[in-house]
Amino acid sequence: MSRRYKNFRNYNQEKTLTQSRIIIAGLLVLLLAGVLMARLFYLQVLNYQLYQTKADDNRVMLVTEPPPRGLIYDRNGVVLADNRPIHSLTVTPERIKSMPQLRKILSGLIDISPDEWDQFDEKLKDYRRPYQSITLKSQLTDEEWARIAVNLYKLDGVQVEAQLTRYYPYGKAFAHAVGYVGRITTKDLERVDKQAYQGALFIGKTGVEGYYESTLFGKPGIKKVEVNARGRIMDELGRENPVPGKDVHLYMDARLQQYAYDLLGNYKGSVVAIDPNTGGILALVSKPGFDPNLFVRGISYKDYSVLRNSKDLPLFNRALRGGYPPASTIKPFMALAGLEYGFSSWTERYFARGYYQINPGGRRYRDWKRGGHGWINLERAVIESVDTYFYQLANKMGITPIHDFLTRFGFGKSVLLDLNGASIGLLPSNAWKKAKYNEPWYPGDSVNVGIGQGFMVATPIQIATAVSAIAARGHYYFPRMAQTIGNKAATFEGKEGGVHNIILKDQRNWEKIITAMRKVITDPKGTGRRLQGTDYAIAGKTGTGQVFSLQDGEEYEADKLAKRLHDHGLFIAFAPAEKPTIAVFAIFENGGGAAKPADLTKKLFDAYIDGKYPKKYDYLKGNAK
Amino acid sequence: MSDNVYRRALSFANARLWKLIHVDILLLGALLLLMAGGLVVLYSASGQDMEMVERQILRFGIGMGVCLGLAQLPPKYMRRASPALFIFLAMLLIGVLLFGVGAKGAQRWLALPGGLRFQPSEIMKIVMPMMIAWYFSDRQLPPKFREVVVVLALIFTPALMVARQPDLGTALLVAVSGIFVLFLAGLGWRYILGAAVSAPAAGYVLWHFMHDYQRQRVLTFLNPESDPLGSGWNIIQSKTAIGSGGLYGKGWLEGTQAQLNFLPESHTDFIIAVLGEEFGMLGCGILIFSYLLVISRGLYISATAEDNYARLLAGSLTLTFFVYMFVNIGMVSGILPVVGVPLPLVSYGGTSIITIMATFGILMSVQTHKRAR
Repeated sequence: MSRRYKNFRNYNQEKTLTQSRIIIAGLLVLLLAGVLMARLFYLQVLNYQLYQTKADDNRVMLVTEPPPRGLIYDRNGVVLADNRPIHSLTVTPERIKSMPQLRKILSGLIDISPDEWDQFDEKLKDYRRPYQSITLKSQLTDEEWARIAVNLYKLDGVQVEAQLTRYYPYGKAFAHAVGYVGRITTKDLERVDKQAYQGALFIGKTGVEGYYESTLFGKPGIKKVEVNARGRIMDELGRENPVPGKDVHLYMDARLQQYAYDLLGNYKGSVVAIDPNTGGILALVSKPGFDPNLFVRGISYKDYSVLRNSKDLPLFNRALRGGYPPASTIKPFMALAGLEYGFSSWTERYFARGYYQINPGGRRYRDWKRGGHGWINLERAVIESVDTYFYQLANKMGITPIHDFLTRFGFGKSVLLDLNGASIGLLPSNAWKKAKYNEPWYPGDSVNVGIGQGFMVATPIQIATAVSAIAARGHYYFPRMAQTIGNKAATFEGKEGGVHNIILKDQRNWEKIITAMRKVITDPKGTGRRLQGTDYAIAGKTGTGQVFSLQDGEEYEADKLAKRLHDHGLFIAFAPAEKPTIAVFAIFENGGGAAKPADLTKKLFDAYIDGKYPKKYDYLKGNAK
Repeated sequence: MSDNVYRRALSFANARLWKLIHVDILLLGALLLLMAGGLVVLYSASGQDMEMVERQILRFGIGMGVCLGLAQLPPKYMRRASPALFIFLAMLLIGVLLFGVGAKGAQRWLALPGGLRFQPSEIMKIVMPMMIAWYFSDRQLPPKFREVVVVLALIFTPALMVARQPDLGTALLVAVSGIFVLFLAGLGWRYILGAAVSAPAAGYVLWHFMHDYQRQRVLTFLNPESDPLGSGWNIIQSKTAIGSGGLYGKGWLEGTQAQLNFLPESHTDFIIAVLGEEFGMLGCGILIFSYLLVISRGLYISATAEDNYARLLAGSLTLTFFVYMFVNIGMVSGILPVVGVPLPLVSYGGTSIITIMATFGILMSVQTHKRAR
């Protein structure tokens, strides 16, 4: 149609039309270019700070470097917790071309268990920074390390990394005292600075490792690095070096600890030795122990269930948490209590029959000696461990003076200054019984407490502390593990009760009770007479803890009872009596009587005081003379 | 004084020699400026890969050859060849849909003997405006309704074929290059208004033709933070790169976003972000100004062209070149959705450089074949 009018077309008009459109388009171009410039202004000027920060957040990453952990030494410089380099096989997944092929090659070189592969696969699925390596097998043997090392050239993305791991050279005997480190759990992270523990392999869980975690851990270094978009570190921008953790030197004597552990033999039990002059714990044994090294890199489920399900409760720290009736070892304390409150005197005589009755015709509380002890005084009551004397004494006193007096020795209290998890035992009182059973305190309850039975329960560390209090004539220290931290003496400021001083109404009673305890050993009728023949003076007291109560008229016949129902054997002692350097509490669970712990104590004294350690403990001697 | 300088420059541009060898020196100068700047940025964006820069220079050389070669061809020959070229390319596009090869789920190339590949849609960006300009060359302007319908059919048939490949970016540019001819031909304002009103409806229809990844791009554009590590990553990182460049930039080769690979596609579609990060708003401003120089010269050439065909074609090609740049910078700076459009003459890449240089060859031809006044 248009062609028909071709001759009448006004070309100039058409040209002007298009030209005007070109001008409009030109103006639009300018407008849109202005929009772009405005956008750039918005991004580059108005929001410069925001994007500058975003760009830096992209490229700058902080990497924490875990500090080397402080070591734990005994009093003679023997290393109880060490750092050891281990070599781990790690894999950087981003650099692996073919995972199945890598598996084949690695499996041909070293043994990698299906368990290790499973763990690796699991970690592979977890979130992690790109280019962060994953441990495939830790603790390579030297041979494995060598096999990998010579083949590294064809194992792109595989590396052998050296790390420091915790190592406990002496294992079992020290496990409950030194404690162990383990994998960091989410629960652990709630109580520490998360940032600081980034990159850390483990955290102190129990014992000294647990209590002194912050000291031993040190301060992690921080490395500021530039990373690329794939997380690969390109450059180091700055660093703050890690501050190594401080070493902790203990009061513990490694030889004494190991010796005590061995002397317990096949018995379960506990031994606590304290230097009464300082409160320093020389030995803190709970048997059976366990190998703390199992926990360092994460214990396997199998190993853990073996420990957990054992009837002997190897994971249970008897020294801190074992609640035992102190039995006759309480008698010296009861004697002092009676004197303090005027319920007994050294001179007053008492006729000890084979039993005690609160009311004539009432229940007979039996003495360990069938026919009784005849006419005795307080000293003899201690020497021969006369039950009836202490029955009547406790009955006369009632629970309140007993409770108040024993509290001064640390019973019913938390005494251990620098380990977590200790139990406070049970020092009963009127109020306690009311709250617990909604019953009044009966005279019979007092009678039982008089010989350290009934409701009363104490832990080995508590009893040992109380013994050290007598040894120190009342001026005693709450027990502690650490002697120095870094190069400074450990202080316990702010801790309730670092130093205690029990002032008796008659201070001469200290020497008198010690003389009585001395005679427990030296007297021909003394219950500890088997410990005679030392060139230093031992003061002690035996105890036999009932595991179950005999009914009226029943006989205790050891060989008819299962071993776990045998009486506990207890012994407390300190030496040299005049100026004690060591106070001990020992208990053999189901040990039958006090003979075994008494013998153990004597051997420990011989070793500690006279240096008579068996030769085989020389490896734990350190720099001791 | 400045008037004097301008006049001397103009006389230099109109010098006989240039006209004789059919080179428009102002356009050439502006193009060389862009190319040189582009190479500097590319060196940084490629991670200082000199080989890549050399390959780009080689492409510029080939492009320049195509440009100068086309400049020798008078516009009237182009006009005569237009319908045949258009039909031939349309058939090739059908061929692409049927036998095409490609990568990443897109089918854009025809395999040629000798292992070469050929992308017909790229050439369509030039042939489309040629065709529409030819259609209007012997018809009275402004276009009548029937003509508009025919032209729209001519535009959208191949454009939709390209979109099906799928290649949204190219399809858009193919359609736009045709529509610009329509606009310059004097398309009535009521049509333009009508199109603006019915655009949302068209968008709805388009949505149904889109592939999932194309829809994802649109969604990501609307809210990049919804998927910061997935499809939103590109745009967040490019905005961060540009924004952190500030007014003057971090310095050449000093852009952390670009050098540490936070910026994806930094040497191709997202290269402006490298410029923005390392040379700041100042660098971007200079780049945009250089483009405006090229475009203003192109529009001048169109406005002064001899006949309708040359005028419409040259104008459309110039405006399409602007769309390239606007869409690219718009998408990288986050005001447009991410469509695969390179930054002309700066992005690393093969075919687009050749076709862009071909358009400037046509512009030079239009300019230098004018009869002396």
